[in-house]
Amino acid sequence: MADGDDLPRMDFPLDIPCLKAGAMEGLHPFLAAPEHQAKLGFPGELLPDWKERALEKMAELAERNRAFQVYLDACVKCGACTDKCHYFLGTGDPKNMPVARQDLLRSVYRRYFTFAGKYFPKLVGARDLTEDVLHEWYSYYHQCSECRRCSVFCPYGIDTAEITMAAREIMDSVGMGQKYSNEIIGKVKDIGNNLGLNPKALRATLEDLEEDLEDETGISVRLPLDEKGADIMLITPSADFFAEPHIDGLLGYAKVFHEAGVSWTLSSYASEAANFGLFIGSYENMREIALRIRKAAQDLGVKRIVFGECGHAWRVAYSFLNTLAGPFDFLDQKYPIPQHILEFTWGEIQKGTLRFDKSKNDHIRLTFHDSCNVARASRMGDEPGGQFEIPRNVIRAVCNNYFDMDRDTTHESTLCCGGGGGLLTDDLMELRKKGASPRMAALQQVSEDHGVTHMAAICAICKTQFSKVMPAFGYEMDSVLSVHQLVSSAIVLTGQETGDDEEGADPRGETA
Amino acid sequence: MLSASFAILFYAATAILVVGVAMKVVRYARVPAPLKIPTTPAPVTRAGVILRMFREVVFFESLYRSNKWIWLFGWTFHMGLWLVLIRHIRYFTYDVWWWVALAQPWGTYAGFAMLAGLLGLWARRFLVERIRYISNPSDHLMLALLVAIAGSGLMMRFVARPDIMSVKAFMLGLLRFRIEDLPAQPILLVHLGLVAVLMIVFPISKLLHAPGVFFSPSRNQIDNPRERRHLAPWAARLEG
Repeated sequence: MADGDDLPRMDFPLDIPCLKAGAMEGLHPFLAAPEHQAKLGFPGELLPDWKERALEKMAELAERNRAFQVYLDACVKCGACTDKCHYFLGTGDPKNMPVARQDLLRSVYRRYFTFAGKYFPKLVGARDLTEDVLHEWYSYYHQCSECRRCSVFCPYGIDTAEITMAAREIMDSVGMGQKYSNEIIGKVKDIGNNLGLNPKALRATLEDLEEDLEDETGISVRLPLDEKGADIMLITPSADFFAEPHIDGLLGYAKVFHEAGVSWTLSSYASEAANFGLFIGSYENMREIALRIRKAAQDLGVKRIVFGECGHAWRVAYSFLNTLAGPFDFLDQKYPIPQHILEFTWGEIQKGTLRFDKSKNDHIRLTFHDSCNVARASRMGDEPGGQFEIPRNVIRAVCNNYFDMDRDTTHESTLCCGGGGGLLTDDLMELRKKGASPRMAALQQVSEDHGVTHMAAICAICKTQFSKVMPAFGYEMDSVLSVHQLVSSAIVLTGQETGDDEEGADPRGETA
Repeated sequence: MLSASFAILFYAATAILVVGVAMKVVRYARVPAPLKIPTTPAPVTRAGVILRMFREVVFFESLYRSNKWIWLFGWTFHMGLWLVLIRHIRYFTYDVWWWVALAQPWGTYAGFAMLAGLLGLWARRFLVERIRYISNPSDHLMLALLVAIAGSGLMMRFVARPDIMSVKAFMLGLLRFRIEDLPAQPILLVHLGLVAVLMIVFPISKLLHAPGVFFSPSRNQIDNPRERRHLAPWAARLEG
């Protein structure tokens, strides 16, 4: 296995690597311990009859999920997807080509569930399910971040993420879970968030932040927790409570709510936007986590739910929350359920409620990384593509120097950060760096062309991943920013002493 | 004897094609999509989804964005195939429909286009390392089968013309459950035999992409999860 020092410095436009068979073979993230597995309802370790169980699970998935069935049948091996995966581009391992990754499972499906595979296995590339195959699944289905880039380019819309999720669900069901995702899901079930931050610690953190905000601005900006009767419940990734640059984004949300004059609260019971049930393809676990949000909203008696900056969380919120935990007939139907914080902020900007001093961000030359789950699996606003426009609109309202990266690497063609889909763990660091290299190549291009210094993101995983891997590509770790961090820097609170108020500060909302 | 064998072959092939594809389609339709997973940006109305699907199956929009060579060869082959199929309708109707007559001159060239597209696709399976890696023997065989069908068809048009009126009489007879004489011309028999093989393998092969694309949730779902609650029957039972 490669030692991680051979990071490809990719040129732009992205080169398609020559195949390096076996380059990432044997990569094996830590297995979930029996106690992690038990909390999720999965067997603790590999069962003696794992093979029969795995095939039963596969049959069950074919009955439960149309995508699984259609995607396994429809592929014609045209090759359109073969150069679209950032892990393939970064590693050259042919099994990281989307179709080849699907084939790891499709070959087994064909062997046991199709006429051609039962009687002519060699002809159609069908193979028996063996322990080697199982370990190959474990390795390569943990080299997919479920980012859906391949599905954009497939003529049938085949989404490898669906196959990866199915494979992980099959492996979980036979006792072969991944430690990182499954341990975290257990924490959410026990404590309410991925970090395992208990309500007392959360309250203390928020109080500290309130003090910081008052020191910084001279204004009392609140970060309320568990306040019954608030209008808005904010659900945000728990990384926003402690990590950089996430936390600066949280301060941005608080300032926006403050200026908008709305009452809002966080919940200690549902103190997590992330839902790793998605990553492991488990509808039941995803539903259980989502139901915490419903319960918190009912207990607190809120009228609206707003989500903070998080990619896969926004997918689960936007696309699945109504399915998993709806109907939300007890909330105010005048507002989107749920609403993204950027939809909220952009709405306030349009109303003219917010006042900005854009010069506060003049030391930054900025680009924006479209997070995969927001870009390809959700929407903001009323129009298709709002998920691209609204973040950029907000950025342009608070920042003077903005430059997009190459169009082949943004919007729905965006490249994954390399750490999504349950791969944001140190035991996969080599893969994470290699997977980030295509995005880094596109960033380096705008750095050269436009002097871009910083990249904003709207996903907790992207932010953590980039701050960890960007130093390997010659950037400071604080080159990645939260979009609401930029909002926070530029916003001028009512009554706030700005210091340099002669220039810069825009008059409030004259055009609105 | 020959005519009877081919008659039986075609009845069997048709039955396998129709029943096999119908069973698959029923299955695709019956199995629920538990979650809303359109690849976004996606249309927010039913009409928008129909338009998206139309662009996908008529222009191969996603493929065009993905890879211009695969698109060129694939699209040429498929459009050629449609024209050729339309041209062949004349052998199954007593009077030739006007729009089939209209396609007649194009149908011939379409045969060449089809063959060119197939050969382009096949070349890529050898020449492009990534596509060579993902190709199974069945992928090559499918191309061989289609090339042989197109090739034998063009041979009959330009080299060794069969007694086409007898062929038509045979086909019209099949539609009326009568067995007429089929000319015992080798190229014709090869052509017809391979078409029957294609019909038979259709429901058990990757040719299922044709019905499958219409059932692909990432392409056929409306982007409206906040407005309308989407719930699969098995998921509804979890709510007890």
